[in-house]
Amino acid sequence: MHRRGVGAGAIARKKLTEAKYKERGTVLAEDQLAQMSKQLETFRTHLEAFASKHKQEIRKSPEFRLQFQDMCATIGVDPLASGKGFWAEMLGVGDFYYELGVQIIEVCLALKHRNGGLITLEELQQQVLKGRGKFAQDVSQDDLLRAIKKLKVLGNGFGIIPVGGTFLVQSVPAELNMDHTVVLQLAEKKGFVTVGEIRTSLKWETERAKQVLDHLLREGMAWLDAQAPAEPQFWFPALFPELHGQDGAPEAAPGNAEP
Amino acid sequence: TKHCPLLGLLLLCRVKFDSGVLLLSTHRLIWRDQKNHECCIAVPLSQIVFIEEQAAGIGKSAKIVVHLHPASSNKDPGPFQSSKYSYVKLSFKEHGQIEFYRRLSEEITQRRWESMPTGQAIRSPLPGRIRAVGIVGIERKLEEKRKETDKNISEAFEDLSKLMEKAKEMVELSKSIANKIKEKQGDITEDETIRFKSYLLSMGIANPVTRETYGSGTQYHMQLAKQLAGILQTPLEERGGIMSLTEVYCLVNRARGLELLSPEDLVNACKMLESLKLPLRLRIFDSGVMVIELQSHNEEEMVAAALETVSEKGSLTADEFAKLVGMSVLLAKERLLLAEKMGHLCRDDSVEGLRFYPNLFLTQS
Repeated sequence: MHRRGVGAGAIARKKLTEAKYKERGTVLAEDQLAQMSKQLETFRTHLEAFASKHKQEIRKSPEFRLQFQDMCATIGVDPLASGKGFWAEMLGVGDFYYELGVQIIEVCLALKHRNGGLITLEELQQQVLKGRGKFAQDVSQDDLLRAIKKLKVLGNGFGIIPVGGTFLVQSVPAELNMDHTVVLQLAEKKGFVTVGEIRTSLKWETERAKQVLDHLLREGMAWLDAQAPAEPQFWFPALFPELHGQDGAPEAAPGNAEP
Repeated sequence: TKHCPLLGLLLLCRVKFDSGVLLLSTHRLIWRDQKNHECCIAVPLSQIVFIEEQAAGIGKSAKIVVHLHPASSNKDPGPFQSSKYSYVKLSFKEHGQIEFYRRLSEEITQRRWESMPTGQAIRSPLPGRIRAVGIVGIERKLEEKRKETDKNISEAFEDLSKLMEKAKEMVELSKSIANKIKEKQGDITEDETIRFKSYLLSMGIANPVTRETYGSGTQYHMQLAKQLAGILQTPLEERGGIMSLTEVYCLVNRARGLELLSPEDLVNACKMLESLKLPLRLRIFDSGVMVIELQSHNEEEMVAAALETVSEKGSLTADEFAKLVGMSVLLAKERLLLAEKMGHLCRDDSVEGLRFYPNLFLTQS
């Protein structure tokens, strides 16, 4: 070993210390990861035990699912993030919601030609339950909302709009801003709205009201009754599930070969 | 007895009896308070004149209206001595109204109370099977079942709380590790990163370092991406080389039946398609619509074909184009928008809809 100068020696020593510190740093992370791995195994065992006793409860009881979801949210865990997660694998909670997602997509697609891609949560629930059949598990509105929140990531424009104590579910990539939402909320009571009502309730200029209503008309979410007595009325099929569409058959369900 | 556990509300004399359970026997319609099982209200089926349905509406649940004969003088005591109303409304908070209406109609039509005295067990014609049809026997069985269910539920909730405590510890530990990683400024090895991400994936914990949920690039998603490339090749070819991500989600999950993919799983796997050099890719349109395309698919070339189609017809809406070509309206619209973006088409946006025309400014200038 050759001699080093004081300066060089100090630098060399510093580098050595740093290297040792780095090593220890890595060792620290390694330790913790090993600990996490062990704890994960333990947790998995607990979850398995829980599942063997209560897996049915998750499938059968909307109240239990709600409780479960709330608790997960509180501690910062998303049981629906991945089908590969423990929660999905062992509790089967994933399959319940992901399948619900498929059913929601299909219902929305089937009714889009009629309501422009807007549907009340209640109607969605009814249609989904109908599709699931008499003996299928019960599905609550909370279940639907959670499934829809997960569907957003697919980029199809899934969204939830609060109106009058319930929700409208959007399933098309139409841009709906605050103005559109507020008009929908105003229309919720009677199922339709007029420019006059918007001016009175929201204190908007006529031009602004017309722009918003025209946008909703173009998206197929609103229909115009120009023959209405006082002034034209803008009706929203989503708010009136009994109305039937006049523009032909719905699209084929996704995932099937097109004719 | 048929049991309808989803009844919310009994409307009697404009007084609401909330949160109950509706029971139907051959003789009576019984409403029982879910919390206080001692509290029951019963109506003999013989008192029913007719029933009608009220469908659910916005903010209203589905109902059955039960119209009654005037009460006889020797009736049992009830919540009200008398009422000016001759009907009772049953409100179904969730579902079950349709089924219950059917059963109630059946019982009213069959009028079995006329031939069957209450409280007696009746032997069914089938040998070896005894059915206790009497109300008392059935109610006792229901009571036992309810106690069992209640016990199960409270035990389930207790166990759930304990489980969540343990899950919370995992979350704390992962935060601590993430902090160490931040402090060390990336002194964690590639291998350790992969391990950490897979732990987060298992627990459903959002990656505290990058803030994506378990981040893309776990082994699982790589494998999934390769699987998808295999599964989707043929369906894509059958659909002109392009499918929306929602179509893919439905297709793949319907085929799986069990162990379904979460939407996030699908997106994260698809994000890796290109880097893994697989024959499919993920594409995101300006509108945010996400599609999977075959690598061999060239949307820009399809635009040329679209222009021809539109020119032939003079003009087309997305709906019309979709039907002509045999595509989903969603993707038809994206193609027309792309054609517009490229200058081949221009739009006429009126309240009658969005219609596309060949861009004559371009071709005839």
